[in-house]
Amino acid sequence: MKADLRLSLTLEYAVADFALRASLQVGSETVALVGPNGAGKTTLLLAILGICTPQRGYLSLAEQVLFDAAQSISRPTEERQLAYLPQDFGLFPFLSAAHNVAFAIACRGRPVARSRRRQLALEYLERFGIAHLAARLPGQLSGGERQRVALARAVASQPGAILLDEPTAALDVSAREEVRRTLHASLHELAIPALMVTHDWGDVSALATRLAVMEAGQLVACVAVSEAQARPPTPFVARLAGATTKGC
Amino acid sequence: MSVSRARWGHHLGYRLGMTVLATGLGLLLVVPFVALLLDGGPGAIWRGFDCSLTWPALRLSLVTTAISTIVVILGGTPLSWWLARSRLRSARWLETMLQLPVVIPPAVGGIALLLAFGRRGLLGGLLERLGFAPSFSTLAVVMAQTFVAAPFYLQAATLAFTRLDPKLLAVARSLGASPPKLFWSVALPLARPALIGGAAMSWARALGEFGATLMFAGNLTGKTQTLPLAIYTALEIDLRTAQALSLLLVGFAFALLLVLRRINQTPRQRERRGG
Repeated sequence: MKADLRLSLTLEYAVADFALRASLQVGSETVALVGPNGAGKTTLLLAILGICTPQRGYLSLAEQVLFDAAQSISRPTEERQLAYLPQDFGLFPFLSAAHNVAFAIACRGRPVARSRRRQLALEYLERFGIAHLAARLPGQLSGGERQRVALARAVASQPGAILLDEPTAALDVSAREEVRRTLHASLHELAIPALMVTHDWGDVSALATRLAVMEAGQLVACVAVSEAQARPPTPFVARLAGATTKGC
Repeated sequence: MSVSRARWGHHLGYRLGMTVLATGLGLLLVVPFVALLLDGGPGAIWRGFDCSLTWPALRLSLVTTAISTIVVILGGTPLSWWLARSRLRSARWLETMLQLPVVIPPAVGGIALLLAFGRRGLLGGLLERLGFAPSFSTLAVVMAQTFVAAPFYLQAATLAFTRLDPKLLAVARSLGASPPKLFWSVALPLARPALIGGAAMSWARALGEFGATLMFAGNLTGKTQTLPLAIYTALEIDLRTAQALSLLLVGFAFALLLVLRRINQTPRQRERRGG
């Protein structure tokens, strides 16, 4: 039984010539973050992660404050328990699939014995149907397989929330559908807040319940996906939803 | 047939010019090595090895360069990790300063070392009270080598750490990797080929070091007379000895280049350590 986890954030972050302002509350759901290139979506993800430090704002996960500029609180990235899945999957190229997952297990708060780590890693890989790839290096895997290893690794770190950056952009069309199904099942099972940056309406309709729209550093709208399709809040969303193939 | 004959005359000026210039420089660089290898004949060169200078110099060179390379790696790795990650202006200044030993004449480096650590130098009094008298000792050889060779490793290592994919580091941190774990388990494995290359260049520079060693450590057989210094001394005694010792040094350098090429050609790391 999972307690209700909420990702609540208000961030103000000035980078180069534009300021990023976003206020968002994410429950146990997946929110898709869309917007034109340069709108600040990836910067927002990095600020939530703690890689960039905003000037002002507040970020909390469940009851834990991760960032509060007013109180000068800023927890380091490694303590935020936010899983990050970058566009190119972020697998360590020098570690096999099993060792990639074991890395996450080794970094957990409560140390796990070395012998048990490998066993656990295999169990996670099994959950995603790729236990047979345990000994392979990332370079020897297809895009879809890599995404599943990355997902297994992220889940193994027992995150409180998950941040995805264009999860299907680096995949070919056939792999995309399969990964979307895997992601949908996993996110549903994990029941944690998920924020997903995407340019692809296929991702949005398959995975997200709500749509957050960013433009020039500002979060301008946040609506339910069904609502966004019927009554697009901005022209950009209208184009995105209207395109049957991959969006810009 | 007629086509190739016609083509032969095309762009003759360009091709002739390029060939002459390239060949000119190529010869200047290659002929001395050929002469080193062949002049006098193998018999005379072999006899040149049999000299009282040879083995102490070889032993000293190998031991001191091994120590100085280890010192460079132990100190240089944390320093370049910091330099690569720091956004401070002072870090950029430091990076430039640390390259100075490369551009100054080695003899100048030797004098600077004397002024810093010599008996009458800046830290000389302090060191003497601690029981150290580094100048004109084997320790001075290691110090001189470290001084001139470190920038080569620092540059390679800083570049390697700067080039690390920030997304990979971000992912590692998001998984919970502490700063030590990030360094040992992610950054080092990723940077390893470049670090090895940098260490090899550093070792090569230390092996060939002459000017700073002569000034700061002196030229005492068995104690501070490394291979390059022995070659310099041998020139007064017997040309063939100098030639033999030079061939020894060239042999090391050539072997090093071969190793470097092998390393840079390995496309993937087959590391299975992890977790």
